[in-house]
Formats: sequence, C-alpha cells, structure tokens
Amino acid sequence: MADPLKPDTAVPVVIDRRRFLTWVVASPALMVAVRLDSSFAQTGPAETEPASFNLYISIQADGRVVATLPRTEIGQGITTAVAMLVAEELDTLLDSVEVRTADADPRWLIQLTGLSSTMRYLAGPVRAAAASARARLVTAAAHRWQLLASRLTTSRGEVLAPDGRRASYGELARDAASVLLPEVSPLPKDVASYTLVGQPTGRIDARDIVTGKARYALDLSIPGALPTVVARPPTLRGSVVSHDASAALAMPGVVGVVSLLTGVAVSAQSFAQALAARDALRITWAPGPASHLSDADIEARLRDGMGSRPLPPLFTARTLEARFDFPYLAHAPMETQSCVARVTSDHAELWLGAQDPKFAQREVAEALGWALTPQRVTVHTTRAGGGFGRRFFNEPAVEAALVSRALGRPVKLMWTRNDDMRQGRYRPASHHRLLAYLGSGGSILGWHHRSVIPTVEFPHGFGDLLTSLVGTVLPGVTSQTFFALSQKVPYRFGLVTQQLREVPIPIPTASFRSVYSSQVTVANELFVDQVARELGRDAVELRRAHLSSKRLEAVLDTVVREGQWGRALPSGVAQGVAVHEEWDSAIAHLVEVDVSGAEPKVLRVVIAADVGLPINPRGIEAQLQGATIDALSTTLSAGLHIDAGAVREGSFADYRWLRMKHTPATIDVHLVRSDDRVGGVGELGYPTAAAALGNALARGTGTLPTRFPILEAGA
Amino acid sequence: MPVHHFTLNGDTVSVEAPEDTPLLWVLRDALGVTGLKYGCGVGVCGACTSHLEGNAFRPCIQPVGGVAGRQVTTIEGLGGEGLHPVQQAWIDEDVAQCGFCQPGQIMAAVALLRHNLDPSDADIDAAMSDNVCRCGTYVRIRAAIKLAARRLRGEASGT
Ligand code: FES
Ligand code: FES
Repeated sequence: MADPLKPDTAVPVVIDRRRFLTWVVASPALMVAVRLDSSFAQTGPAETEPASFNLYISIQADGRVVATLPRTEIGQGITTAVAMLVAEELDTLLDSVEVRTADADPRWLIQLTGLSSTMRYLAGPVRAAAASARARLVTAAAHRWQLLASRLTTSRGEVLAPDGRRASYGELARDAASVLLPEVSPLPKDVASYTLVGQPTGRIDARDIVTGKARYALDLSIPGALPTVVARPPTLRGSVVSHDASAALAMPGVVGVVSLLTGVAVSAQSFAQALAARDALRITWAPGPASHLSDADIEARLRDGMGSRPLPPLFTARTLEARFDFPYLAHAPMETQSCVARVTSDHAELWLGAQDPKFAQREVAEALGWALTPQRVTVHTTRAGGGFGRRFFNEPAVEAALVSRALGRPVKLMWTRNDDMRQGRYRPASHHRLLAYLGSGGSILGWHHRSVIPTVEFPHGFGDLLTSLVGTVLPGVTSQTFFALSQKVPYRFGLVTQQLREVPIPIPTASFRSVYSSQVTVANELFVDQVARELGRDAVELRRAHLSSKRLEAVLDTVVREGQWGRALPSGVAQGVAVHEEWDSAIAHLVEVDVSGAEPKVLRVVIAADVGLPINPRGIEAQLQGATIDALSTTLSAGLHIDAGAVREGSFADYRWLRMKHTPATIDVHLVRSDDRVGGVGELGYPTAAAALGNALARGTGTLPTRFPILEAGA
Repeated sequence: MPVHHFTLNGDTVSVEAPEDTPLLWVLRDALGVTGLKYGCGVGVCGACTSHLEGNAFRPCIQPVGGVAGRQVTTIEGLGGEGLHPVQQAWIDEDVAQCGFCQPGQIMAAVALLRHNLDPSDADIDAAMSDNVCRCGTYVRIRAAIKLAARRLRGEASGT
C-alpha cells in the first residue's frame, strides 16, 4: 500500500449528505486517496485514524487508471461495477480502468467483502476519488495552457480546451499530482447525467476468465511452492492422537509431513504425490466435540430450545401455527479452500482469496506467535472461486503458514472437495415456529416468529462494517444484534415479534449468503401463503393488503404482471410468489413449478428487484440469477446430514446442487428504480426464490413444505 | 519412472510420471498449465474438463499413461491466437461470475458443438449437466451455447 500523506490539504466532497475527504498521495503519477469524514455526519465508521482511508485511485503516465480496493472479487462483479463508476466520473474509457485488490492492511477502514455491502459502501468514495482526480487533471491542464479551468472539458481520457488543444490524462498525471486544490468543482456528476453507469455492461475480466488466464491462489507460480494436502479427521473437528508417517515419507516426491491441530499435512513435488502419501499416513484420531450428535439429536435440541408459546394478543379468535426445519448447508465454493504461503524466520507472505484479509493476517500472526507484530504477515488477496461467506474464515492460511514454517519451504495448500464439504463451516440448521393471531372476521392481529438457530460465528470485521452501514457504533456484533438489525417483517400484521434463540451446538458455522434471511424470511413468506390459504384469500391480494413498503408493492406488482400471476396453467403446474426487503433493496420472485413428475421441476422464474441506482444491470441480473439457483438447489435437493458428528455429503455427487438440466431456460429479471441510493445485491435474491418455490409447491401439491431440502438424498 | 509423450495444445511434450498419475496434476504441477481446475478430483464436477482428440474428458480421472501419443487440449489451446467462437459467445453473454468452472464449461460446450451445430435444449441439458456451476450461471451458459451455434452455422442472427 502506498503511504498516504496526512490529509491536511484534503478536498472535501459531499455526496448524499456524507462528506468524503480526498487528498493526493506522494507518487510519480496522480494518486488520490479518499475516506469518509466521520466528523461530518453521524454516519461514520468506528475507527478514524487520520492515516486510514477507504480506497485510492491512480492515473499512470500511460493514461491507465488503477483503482485499489480493500475488497475481494469472489465472482460478484465488484471490479466491473467499480471500474464503471471510475470511468464515468473521470470521463475515461472503461477498458483503461483496472481494479486491484489490496493486501491486508489495518489502515483500510473496512476490509471485508460481505453483507452485500461493497457497492453500497464504496460507491460514494469511488465517485469522490474519481471526481477529485478529474478536477485535478483539469486544473493541471489549465495551468499548462494558462486558461481558466472552468473553460475546459473532459472526454474519453483527455482534457479539451475550447481552442481545440487537448492533453491526455497520462500526460497530465504528473502535473496533476502537484495540484493540491482543484480550480474546478471536485463534485461528482449528477446521477441523471450518467451515460455508462446504469448501462448493462460485460465483466471487465471476462476475457481472462474464458481464456484460462484468470489466476486463483493455486494458479500463481510462487517458485518452489510445494503442493500440500492435509489428512483430516473423520468427524468434525476431531483431533490427532498419534500418527505414523514412515510409509508416507518413503513415497516418491514426498518432502515432509507436518502435524497440525486440524490434521496431518503432507507436502510433495506434486499434488498427485501428496494425495497418494496422505492415504499412506497411519493416524489415530480422537472424535470431535459433535461426535455424539446426529441429525435427530440436533433436531431435538433445536425443538427443545423453542420454549412455550407466548400469550396471544387480546381479541384473538384463532391462532394459526406452522413449523419449519432447515438443514445445515455447505458453502461449497467451486474453488476449494486454498492458500499459498512463504514463511521465513521473521516474515510470512500469503496468497489467499479472503473475504476478510485483516482477519487472515491476524489469525496467521497469532498462529506463528507474532500476535503483537501482525505486520510481519503480508496477505495478498487473490481472486476467489466463489465465497458465499465461507472465505470469512481462513483455516487454509493458518495451515499453509505453519507447514511452510515447519518445512522452511513455500507451500501451496489445497483442501480436497471432501475436506471442503466435511471439515468446513456451515450455515447452521434451524427450527422455526410461526404463529398468526386472527381476529374475528379474519383480521390479522399479530405475528410471532421464534427461530432456534445454533450460534453463527461472525468474522472479526463484521462489527466495523455493520457499524458503518447502520450508522451507529455497535458495542460488539453478536448474533442477536445482527438478527435484530437484519430481520424485519414487511407487513402490517398488528403486533409483530421475531425472536432468535441460540442453541450451542459444537458444529462450526459461518454466515451464508443472506445469513438469517435464508431461513427466517423464507419461513415468514411460506407462512404468509399458508395464512392466505386458511383465510381463503389470494396470496398476492393478502400481501398487497398488508405490505408496509411502497418498494415491495412495486416489485410485487411487477412480477404479478410480468409473470402473469393467476394465468391458466397445465395441470400439475403451479405458481408461487414471495417478497423481501433488505440492505436498501427490495425484491419479489414468481416461480412456476411442475409437480407432475417424479421430482418437481422449476419451469419459469420471474424476478423484480429495486436496488436503487443499478450500477451495472447486467451484473445485478447475474447475481439475482445465481442467488436463485442457490435457493432452488437448497430448497429442493442440496442439504447436509450429520451422522455421529460427521458430515455425510462429500462432493457435488451427493450434495445435489442444481445442474443445467434442472434449471429453467430463462430467469427473467426486471429492475424497478425508486431512487438513486445504491442498494445491496449479492444476497438479495436468495430468500424470495426459496420461498416462492415453496409456495408454488404448496399450491401444486396441496401440502406446505416444512422440511428442507424437499428431496432427501437418493429420493 | 516412465516418460510419456503426448501433444498438448499443439506442442509435443514429454513428462516423467508414474503411469497412473492423474493427468490433471501432470498438467498443473509438472507442465504449469493452470486453466483447467481442480473441483473434486473424482470426475463429478467438470471443473477440469478438457479435450482428448477433440472430445470432452476429465483429466482428474484420466491416468497420464492413457494419453501417450494423443492430442490433449486445455482451455489455453482452444482459441490459438484469437478467441474460439464459444469463448467469444461467453464474453458476449457475460456468462462468468467467479469464473472457476468456466474453462470446463467452455470445453464441454465446444465438444458439444463439434458434433451438433444446432443443439436443442435437451441436447444442451445432456451435454452440460455434468458440469457444476456453483455460482449458478446456467441460464447464460445456455444462451452462450445457442449464440455460438448460430454463429458457427453462419447465421446473421448470431452476430
Ligand atoms: S476436478 Fe475433474 S471432474 Fe471435478
Ligand atoms: S462461475 Fe463460479 S462456479 Fe461457475
């Protein structure tokens, strides 16, 4: 990371009632850093040392623009969206903008990729930095030509004078770096004048991906890095009692065997050799802390945690009840957990696709005994083959660092798919009880939802991020705070209460795309349909009558219209809808499913979403389609089983994620724009897709699905 | 250790490895070809999908001994200097999310189109359902295959 000067000549830029400070960083080219000025508004992050900042962009002598972000590209398309904003505000060409991911560094205010927060949080700073850079470039040209800066314009990476003179940003970058105070407004453009942002745009890394040039951690060529795998216990978090590595060490190519807390690592000249040697290790394992627990025990514990029903509100004539059970889920990113590490006596360097690199740095430093000097650990954040919440945790980094130190060699450590499925972290199972209190005449007097969920472990950067998003300093983010902040019932249902009861179950967890909403919202939206059925009302009509959000009404109306709610369908085919609002965005799904065959088949999906300013509609559509596939997969066919503390599923053979043949030919996405706030996108599409599918199944089969996935393995 | 000679992306290569070494690791570790990915190692995810004599195969379960004297093509060897029409269609339909499965998806799609320039939805289902995309890009994969097919048939609608 470049050393930012103290921003004593910072130029303030105000966007959406927030003020950003931008300043030039000493560098041969023009480099502009930016941070939110938290003294300006109440909406500020917790830590505000003068040297900390949100991101920087630099303009190089060849005119290329590089934006460096403390965020990780895990497939969600942030590099493209950021490049679009930079190109828009700078008036330069999209293909001259490159977006890099920063190494872990405590000076980044927030360095966590999750909670659908990247564009919501960074759009302001990106716009401020780019607008400020543009103003400095214009000022530099004005000085060079001795013209009034206000008479100059910019277009396609050049500053233009009324007399026809022009200078490229590259030529001006060095002069612009010494412009401390721009002579034209450093304010970003009016969103209404945007010409690139808001246009459906292809990913900037598409060519690298389709040619195989995109590099993930294990594709990097770090000289001498030894392929390494780890023999892991049969039960979750089991431990090594003793091991005999003699046979493994005698095998060809094997360089070393290292005992770890998580298992026994083998490093060899190739992964083929390391995997073969791993099989030759003789290890005695101690069972893990969950080895007395199987599915039925876990379910019983969750049910026991529910407790008794609260008293109904006055005038309740009838109480409706439903219960739902959701399973443990593996994130199963396509790229298994992996890390390259090079550790010397006083320094560690890691390459890792981390969603929370500062946490990785801290964890590795602690593991190496350097807790007080974490700066000895460099974490290079690489592109990752999917995240979904799994890469908030950094087990492979700790393992790779320890093995590298023990062997005195760089290593590239890979988890096998089995490792990833069976020794990972999971979206916890849950049990839900919903109660709807009806008055005489069918009015809804109250809604009560209690969720019993094993404690979810949040990564260490969650607190800062959440604080910055909600605008109040949170004392410490517990599951309860997060639940209360994120779980809302968007209906006027009288007295509404939602509660989280946590049950300690010794199975490792990590938040999963859409976190609690993947269970709580799904259960709510299924029960809304059930209540409508009980009252003999149409599911859309009942929602329309009670929704407390205009944005939700608009997206619901859109799917009703575009998806032709209530149209005549062949027998065995049914529709379902669901709505959800979260992180400043609103969404509705309409799903059509055919239940006449041996397994339900989703025929059609229509989505309407209001994400505020749609920076890249094409990327947003991709995220909503992807989250829909996640939801259909985990509602229909993919879920984990726990057998005496071990995860049964080991790969995509039995963790039945949707395949091409299960996927409807189109998933239509309609964007509704109610304002220009930037809403969250990454997690938005999951809950309504799952609930709309469940509601369609209930209508098609006449039975409300209450246990997921609906198709048990082998069915 | 035996030495195996085969053609990789048009070049003759020789590697020393036990007969039964999975080709995936020969390519990635010994030859530094990293476009094909590890996703499962047991032939169930498709992340390593490449071509053997122009047909899709799974290097993670193919012993190196079995490819001696034969033509192996990975994503790196697909387009030559430029892009293969399927790669171009993948860009035009903006298929990729994380991208990790996409080299395998593209290789599977190219193999399908080699034998069938007008694949139906059922043909696409049959040819592509052994390749997992954890990011859920299937709708766009299908669209890209159809776009590439139209272009390969020389139809103007594909441009
Ligand atoms: S890695 Fe070859 S099929 Fe999964
Ligand atoms: S694009 Fe991520 S797995 Fe397919």
